[in-house]
Amino acid sequence: MTSPQTPDNARRKFIAAAGAGVAGLGFTAIAPGLHLMAVGEANAAPTPRKAGEPANPAVRWGLLIDANKCAPGCTKCIDACHTENGVSANLPDPRQNSQWIRKIELVDRRPGKTRGHVTQLPMMCQHCAEPPCVDVCPTGASMKRADGIVLVDRHTCIGCRYCMMACPYKARSFVHAPLNDQNPEVPRGKGCVESCTLCVHRIDKGQQPACVESCPEGAMTFGDLNDADSAIAKRIASVPTTQVRADLRLNPGVRYEGL
Amino acid sequence: MNKREAIFSAFPLCLCVSVVRFVPFALALLAVSPAPTFAGDGTRTDKPVIEIAKPGKCIAPAEEMRRNHMDMLKHQRDRTLRLGIRGEPVTLNGCIECHASQKTGSVLGEGNFCQSCHAYAAVKLDCFECHQPKAGFKATGVKP
Repeated sequence: MTSPQTPDNARRKFIAAAGAGVAGLGFTAIAPGLHLMAVGEANAAPTPRKAGEPANPAVRWGLLIDANKCAPGCTKCIDACHTENGVSANLPDPRQNSQWIRKIELVDRRPGKTRGHVTQLPMMCQHCAEPPCVDVCPTGASMKRADGIVLVDRHTCIGCRYCMMACPYKARSFVHAPLNDQNPEVPRGKGCVESCTLCVHRIDKGQQPACVESCPEGAMTFGDLNDADSAIAKRIASVPTTQVRADLRLNPGVRYEGL
Repeated sequence: MNKREAIFSAFPLCLCVSVVRFVPFALALLAVSPAPTFAGDGTRTDKPVIEIAKPGKCIAPAEEMRRNHMDMLKHQRDRTLRLGIRGEPVTLNGCIECHASQKTGSVLGEGNFCQSCHAYAAVKLDCFECHQPKAGFKATGVKP
């Protein structure tokens, strides 16, 4: 894997230690040991959950997006998201197309050396720990799963769009027209509000979100924010990261680097 | 006040008269019509024709599935979506995989599994407003 991330010295030391003397702890075979190390890679796939097991409340899935790596004009994450989730762009009115993820361009207008600097970043549902969409939902359709993923239960959504008003990130879309090309794993239909699900169907299978996998720059890191040993938690602990609209104290699960 | 009381006292009488007036018609109808037929014995409405792509063993006997499939699916959907439990024996996609038509690949459409029975029972079928009715369907979405 050619990850453009800076070498993780702690991990290298750990590999050396594993080679030197951890064999006594049970890591007798080096090949599985090396495979184990791969879990510590920048984009580690989550372990698939066993059948019949509910989402783990000890886990909190999150994303870390490096805005410095996000290339101008690249829409790979958007295309991958929309292909994966069957979000088609062929509604009668293009303004009504759903938008699970979008690119934002920020231009620095402040006087000084950074004037004119353009920052790119993908914006989607921030999977807040205190989601305002869940607070305002009159039917309980807007919900947060035990592992921190914010979802819409379309079975109970009445399409009132109150959550769209409440979301400070403009992350949710309303489906205006009947659909017939849904992905069997991602049901979606007219009259319901929808947003990024963090590819919950992929996470449950032990895969990463489609956007993370598709990013050619490796700008997105997916992982468990609660696990101090995960790549994402280590990165957040070691570099300055930003929560968008941190003033609202929603504690988003999507963090940005280089903003 | 007096007027209202008068209306109340007259009301049952009116009703009696109107019912009594129809009794001869009702008796005549009974006398003329042949032995009554009821829905369910298959003589008045044709039983739905059901084509199953992959016939075989379902997750429960047919009688139980007929009576309880809606409850099974309803409870499963809540467990899967809200609690995140995957890999249960009851899944809508599982139903579609076996029961979709071989010709159209769908459970919807005339003569196909879900729709023909729901049309027979006159029960509205809402699942496929959102769920994909075709087996093995690949979403295309936006072309990258």
